[in-house]
Formats: sequence, structure tokens, C-alpha cells
Amino acid sequence: MSNRETLLASDLPFSEPQREILWGLVGSIIPASKDYDTPGADDPLIFKDILVTARPYTDMFASGLEDIDQQAIRNHDGVGFAALSANNRHAMAQQLSRSLNAFLRTLVSITVQCYYRDDRVMQALGMEPRPPFPEGFTVEEGDWTLLDPVRRRGKLYREVDV
Amino acid sequence: MTVADDPVDVLIIGAGASGAALAWSLAETRMRIVCLEQGDWLNPAEYPSASKDWESRQYSDFSISPNRRKRVTDYPVNDQDSPIAVANFNGVGGSTILYAGHYPRFHPSDFRVKSLDGVADDWPLDYTDLEPYYAENDKMMGVSGLAGDPAYPPKPAVMPPLPLGKSGQVLGKGFNAMGWHWWPSDSAIASTAYDGRDKCANLGACTIGCAQGAKASSDITYWPHAIRAGVEVWTRCRVREITVNENNMASGVTYYDADGNERFLAAEVVVLACNGVGTPRILLNSVSNQFPDGLANRNGLVGKNLMFHPYASIQGLFDQPLDGYMGPGNCIWSQQFYETDRSRDFVRGFTYEITRGRGPVATALTGMFSGRIPWGEDHHQRYRELFNRITGMVAICEDLPEPHNTVTLDPELKDNDGIPAPKITYTLSDNSRRMLDYAIDRGTEILEAAGAIDVMTEAPIAVGGWHLMGTTRMGVDPETSVVNEWGRSHDVRNLFIVDGSIFVTSAGVNPTRTIQALSLYIGDSIKKRLTTLFD
Repeated sequence: MSNRETLLASDLPFSEPQREILWGLVGSIIPASKDYDTPGADDPLIFKDILVTARPYTDMFASGLEDIDQQAIRNHDGVGFAALSANNRHAMAQQLSRSLNAFLRTLVSITVQCYYRDDRVMQALGMEPRPPFPEGFTVEEGDWTLLDPVRRRGKLYREVDV
Repeated sequence: MTVADDPVDVLIIGAGASGAALAWSLAETRMRIVCLEQGDWLNPAEYPSASKDWESRQYSDFSISPNRRKRVTDYPVNDQDSPIAVANFNGVGGSTILYAGHYPRFHPSDFRVKSLDGVADDWPLDYTDLEPYYAENDKMMGVSGLAGDPAYPPKPAVMPPLPLGKSGQVLGKGFNAMGWHWWPSDSAIASTAYDGRDKCANLGACTIGCAQGAKASSDITYWPHAIRAGVEVWTRCRVREITVNENNMASGVTYYDADGNERFLAAEVVVLACNGVGTPRILLNSVSNQFPDGLANRNGLVGKNLMFHPYASIQGLFDQPLDGYMGPGNCIWSQQFYETDRSRDFVRGFTYEITRGRGPVATALTGMFSGRIPWGEDHHQRYRELFNRITGMVAICEDLPEPHNTVTLDPELKDNDGIPAPKITYTLSDNSRRMLDYAIDRGTEILEAAGAIDVMTEAPIAVGGWHLMGTTRMGVDPETSVVNEWGRSHDVRNLFIVDGSIFVTSAGVNPTRTIQALSLYIGDSIKKRLTTLFD
């Protein structure tokens, strides 16, 4: 059984059919990229993170995923979203992206949160795969002579008689 | 109901910015001082920046919205009838746990709004009254900055300014191209080791708690000093109401402990330090025969004149790498448009505060929700065009007091102890709307002068109700104010208020430095009058 199949059949949140739809959806939002050598949001590790992070929104997701599935069935001769060809899935995702309802905004937010904390994605962006603390970062001091024109213009505040 | 302890001399409600400052100020009197705080002590080692999901947690347990955060220590706020949602944090340190540490003073003109500009009211004190308390507070909190800002009367800097970085330099050049004022921001962030705190490590996560301890939240500034001097902080104690005796004096408070048990603590003096929403909430819930409309509310002003600071966000996309996720959000500010200019179509003014950059998740959300980053194959390329290339500013606009902007008690919504939740009713004024529009236009010009290739704006920032002011205003006239010129209730002579509720006007700057200076001023006023305090 592949990583993906293991995930779909696991005891993680959502039913297996819901996870199938979700898996197809997040892979359409952020697909893998050969050009940038990055996984997609449907990568097993990232997808597992998405499932866990979405747990508080189970009801909202169940309803939103059902709506999308019904939409696919209506428009594709009874074929549900998860069973659509990759092209049809991506085309439908593009349509969905043009008008984000509360569910889709939450889905995008969670997908992005999980995707951009993955070690491989951070490294592909040139970031170290670590939290900010304790090492922190270096910020250049900058050129303080840029303030010279401001100093030359003089006082700006209003005097007040007390 | 259980009596919690022997009566205390001073009972402070709320362990945030103002409660901490007052507790420290009064500690030298050797009175018994107890602070009741509904939240917990925070452990900086558990702040989000110590884990890789740091950005996500600003949408959950470290959200600025109590309605989203939903900690057991939070109370809900009904802000459906307001274009700006309340932001706060409940715990020792209060909202300083999540604030950015932008730390401007008011200006001399801010205390004379009526005299100078014919709007709102003058304060019953002025800049020179507060100046020594600003200085004292600056030392306690530790302020980074650069002396010589031409937008202010001379004031010392406790520590050197935070670094300009790439973002500050790009925007500084933009301001210079326009011939407009800018200066390094005064920040409650240590740029050098200070008072047991380490210097800023540029974590880029100031607004979700500073794990480094460089940001001056009051739990790591005032409170350690106050506690060493004998002040007690009792956490998980949520006050329901202040009780009164037959002499119209506060007798103590009824509160709920961590297990939900109702308790009573008697006190000689009661001090409210719960912010501009929490304070009127408790007063309005403190109903008695003597005060049927709420405590200290004989003139009906408690909860009225709520002021936020309406914020505009103006962000630019550049074709060069900037600071991005690195460095404190604070950087530089501009007060070019701070004072009233009669040639504009609004009175009063605003401060631009540069927001240095944003993290990888915030970049993606900004791009995807604004349509700049698509779903699908092109996501990666478009994302990289934004990543580490966004910087810009917020405009923090002065909000004027209007009696129809209110905090009341929600008739249905309650917290988990059954205490009525606050309800916010707020309308953005025409003056504020015009000021926001002006700020967006001038901000766009600055960004374009700095080289921005795209500009993104939002006004007002819907989640940006960080500053809660005006709901128990101070003044000398009992008919038009709730507390007097040194923070004592006109109606209840042993009841004081020290938080942003007592602001007469809001100025166009972040309020925390002034809240704390006022709290120290009130502390000194109390100490000077100890033998005649209730006269």
C-alpha cells in the first residue's frame, strides 16, 4: 500500500471518500513542481499535516467537500470529484478558485500553512528548515545617513501653550 | 460564596500593561496589593516562534481575536455590529504579549484637540504633566529609538534603534524622494541586553509572543519588579462585579476561580485595568441599588465614546529582495501627516508605521486571497515573485470620540463563567473614512517613489481593533467624564481606572506607552494623597 493509500485509509480525520476529494483538491491548489523541485500539497507528509490541522473544521469541510463532489457529479455525467481525470479536476479547481466561500478560504489557509512549513519547501525557498527561535536571523543595520535630509528639514511638531 | 482572603489594601483587576505599571508604582507604599488576572502566566519557551508551525498559530491559540483564540481564559466579544473586530490577549502581560511593541508617545497637541482643532475635548492634563512618567516608563519597559526625531519634543532614547534593514532603507528612500518625514520607530524591543532581557534576535514573530524575551511585555518588565516588592498576582481569577457598601464605596469584588467557584475579596481600594472593553464590561455588570445602571455610571457615560484606531494597510511589491520574514516588524515611522492641515478634508491625522515584511505563509495568503498567486501550475513562480519582496506600511488614524460608539452588555452571549459578554457597536466616521483614503493615496505615492511595482491596500483593517479607548473618559467635570484628572471615579471615591478607557482622545499613535505613563501618573497621584485619598 502506498503512502497515499495508507493515509486515505488511516484513522485521521474525515471519511475515506472525503479524504479522496480533499487530496485531489489540495493537489490542484499547490501541485508538485519539477522546475522548483518541490512536492505538491498532496504529498503524503504534507497531506497528513493538512488532515490533522483541519480537524477543528470537520463539519465545515464535510459540507464543503460534499458540495464540490455534487458539483462534479452534475457537470461530469455522474462522476465524482475524486474520480475525475487530472485535467478535469484541475479545470474545476480553477473555477472554484475564482469565488472563495468560507470553506474554500479555510481550505486555502490550512493548505498554505502546512505547505510552507514543510522542510523540503522551506529549503527550496532558501530558508533553513527550522523555527525562528532560538537562532534568529541577521538583519543588516542599514545606512543611517539616509536620515540626513530629514534632519535638515527641522522640527515638525506643533508647539502648545500650557 | 467563599471569602477568599483577608481584605487587601489595593485590589487591581487585570495584569496587563496598565495594571503592572500601577502595581509597581504602588509597591513602595508597602500596602498589601493583590492583582486578579483571568488568564495565566505565559511560558515564552512555548511561544510559537519556537516551533516550525509558528505562523499557523497566529490563526489559532495565539490569534489576536478572542473569538478565534477561544482559550478558556478568554471571554467572547460580540463585534458583529462593527467594521473593526476587537483584538486582545488575556493573561499576565495582557495584550502586550501579542502587541508589536510599536511604542510612540502622544504629542503635546494630542492633549489639546479641542483648543487647537475645535473637535472632541481637551485632556485634563498635558504633555508636560506626563513627561516624567513617560521617561520613568521608558526605563522600566526599555525603549529602542533614536533621539532627535523632529516630530517630537526632545526625548531620550534608552537603547539604540532597531536595524533599518533592506526594507527600511528602501522605504526611507521613498520618503526622501517625496521630501517627507520619517524616523526610526520607538520600539519596546530591546536592541541591546537590558534589565535581564536579551537583545532582539530578529525572529520576525513579535506579534505572537517573543520567545527571545526582547519585546517588553509587562510580564517580563514590570511584574518581576513588582512581585519582588511584595505585590501578589492571582491568576485564573475572573472578576464578575465590583460590590459597593452603604457609603457608595467599593467594598471588593466577586470573582470566579480556576474551578469556577464564586469567591469574594474585600478591598480598601479597587483599580480597574482591563482595557477599553473589559473595564466598562465589569462596571456595567456591577449593578446595585445605588448604581442601577452600572457602577460609576450615574451620568450614563460608561461604555460610550469607544475609540479604535482605524488602520489602513498599504503594501508594495518590489523587484528586489527585502527583509521578508526576518527582523522585528517595527522599523521606521512617518508623522508627516500627523497634525491637522486645514487644506485636507479631515481633521487630525495619522502615523505611518512601516511593517518590515512577512513570513512565507502570510506571503502565500496575501497573494492567493488577492488573486496575485493562482491555484495550479503557476503557483510556484508567482509565489517566488512575492516571497521576501513585500514591504509597506500601516496608517494608524486618530479616531475621534463619538457617543454612539459603545461597549454594552450582550443580552445573550456569555463567557464560560456565565458573565455577560461585551457587545461592540461602532461606526466608522466620515472623518476617519476620508483620513484612511488620504493615507492610502499618500502611502501609494511613497511606495511608488520607493520603486514598488504593485501596491495592495486594505482599509479599515477588519481585524485591527488592537487599541480600545475612551469608554470611561477622564475629566474634571462629573457630568462629562467618568474619572477625574487623576483616575478616580467621580461617583465612587475608592475606585480607580488606569487603562485606555480613560483616554479623552486617541491620538494617531499606538496607546500603550501613554497608558503606562498615565498609570504611573495615577500611581503617584494616589501616593501623594494617601491620607486624604477618599476626600
